[in-house]
Amino acid sequence: MSRVLIAGAGPAGIRAAETLAGAGLHPVVVDEAARAGGQIYRRPPVGFTRPPEKLYGSEAAKARALHGSFDALVAEGRITHLPGRSVLALRDGVAYVLGEAREEIRHDRLILATGATDRLAPVPGWQAGGVYSLGAAQIALKTQGVALGRRIVLAGTGPLLTLLASQLQAAGAQVAAVLDTAPLRAQLTGGVGMALARPLVTLRGLRLRVGLGRIYHAGVTLERIETDESGPTAMVWCDARGRRHETRCDMVGLGWHLRADGTLADIAGARFDWDRAFHQWLPRADALGRAGEGLYLAGDGLRILGADGAELAGQVAAIACLQDLGLPHPEPAPLLRQLARMRRFAEAMACAFPWPDEAIGRLPDDTVICRCEGVRAGDLRNTLPLSGPEANRAKSLGRVGMGRCQGRYCQLAGAEIIAAASGRPPSEVGRLRAQPPARPAPVGAWLSEAPTECEAEAE
Amino acid sequence: MSAAGFSTGRLVRLAETARAPVGFTFDGEALTGLEGDTVLTAILLSRGALRASEFGPEARAGFCLMGACQDCWVWQEEGPRLRACSTPLAEGMRLLSAAPAQWPARSA
Repeated sequence: MSRVLIAGAGPAGIRAAETLAGAGLHPVVVDEAARAGGQIYRRPPVGFTRPPEKLYGSEAAKARALHGSFDALVAEGRITHLPGRSVLALRDGVAYVLGEAREEIRHDRLILATGATDRLAPVPGWQAGGVYSLGAAQIALKTQGVALGRRIVLAGTGPLLTLLASQLQAAGAQVAAVLDTAPLRAQLTGGVGMALARPLVTLRGLRLRVGLGRIYHAGVTLERIETDESGPTAMVWCDARGRRHETRCDMVGLGWHLRADGTLADIAGARFDWDRAFHQWLPRADALGRAGEGLYLAGDGLRILGADGAELAGQVAAIACLQDLGLPHPEPAPLLRQLARMRRFAEAMACAFPWPDEAIGRLPDDTVICRCEGVRAGDLRNTLPLSGPEANRAKSLGRVGMGRCQGRYCQLAGAEIIAAASGRPPSEVGRLRAQPPARPAPVGAWLSEAPTECEAEAE
Repeated sequence: MSAAGFSTGRLVRLAETARAPVGFTFDGEALTGLEGDTVLTAILLSRGALRASEFGPEARAGFCLMGACQDCWVWQEEGPRLRACSTPLAEGMRLLSAAPAQWPARSA
């Protein structure tokens, strides 16, 4: 008899729930979205009419299968789905959850499938309204049928850059330029490794890239986003040969691949290591995702392997959970072999589309690093003589990472600034410790009546 | 300005325009969105921004649209704030770009 709680209903959370239900357990799945699917397979509100083929392109069949499987498990009463809720804190086997009301969910085992956010590098001017993450532009298109501007510049690097540009064009949006900071040489070297691990996926990406034609530029340097009171008016950038360009726009989308969201893993007690390949802090877990007593991690929140990898990791984490409970479980070996291939692909991709660490370290003093509170690179550099080159002390004194995004969009860039200024690698600068609440929450929620207590159902 | 198609704001509708209209107000002005719009979508189809930044001169219009950055909070006339990117628009919502004058409301 065991009560298993799953946080997150993306590809990893859904497959974990399915695997547990297949073994006769009844997991509870908490998720922030109104409908299960996660970000990449995020579903529009009920009543929208575009079919999955239109929303998810080549991945439509996978999206259909995931959504269908989850909806069936809920309809058959084999899992409990608690949508529209955030897990804010975890302690002593209780998840403190806030939706329309406050809830406390008792559990014996916890599977965290919290996913990732866009990884952001600051560009001078990016604090303007009308600058968005690449993920935001994709969500807007998929789930609302809108473009976030009339003349769009997309910049950064990673697979989403090309994919999003193609999706926006196909939907009728005007994409003025796609500016990839990854040099062509890195893309070719990494691309070979990607093609060896997953030839079809690599080919599909290449075909999208070719389809973009002359609006795509590799190896660019982003200088600044020109703005007026209405928002962005142009992106100023240099091409690979050093020639300067100014591309008129009213929306800029930025993103450098993904950053694992380890907030809840940290609060749950996971340890973290600096990962050289992914150039960020990632939670420590065994091959099946065990990260502590009764704690399992899966999906992009553990390793940035993408949606296919997340489906595998979700099953594997659930198998680890079943093993620990002494229950019959599927054989993990074939899944682990597939995961190893996903990992080779993802590591090659990280080489192909590198994080621009050196460019961030050189950002001018007046560049905003913390978009929440307008803290600039110079403010952070001036903090270092007082704080020393340690991210948490620099946060306490300089407020980079203290704002309401809780460091999700500034901490990796902040670490590069501290690292460059102090002549040490970002791994030695340290990781910002996560603290509850994992999302800002109104104090009123804690002053109101006692929470509903639920038990993640037994057996 | 019509709710579908043409937009006077930051966003442009590209698809899914055959939905029922939903009336709401933003800073006292009557606006129309469509059923299934988020608060962010509905406001930014008619306006350029959701609110002013507390820490700089620039306006704010959301950033991540997945509930992680907290850039898109707007106020309601009755007080509490909403995360505009993840709150569905509802008929009769009375939204504000800044805190109402009487906030926090003092009760006897």
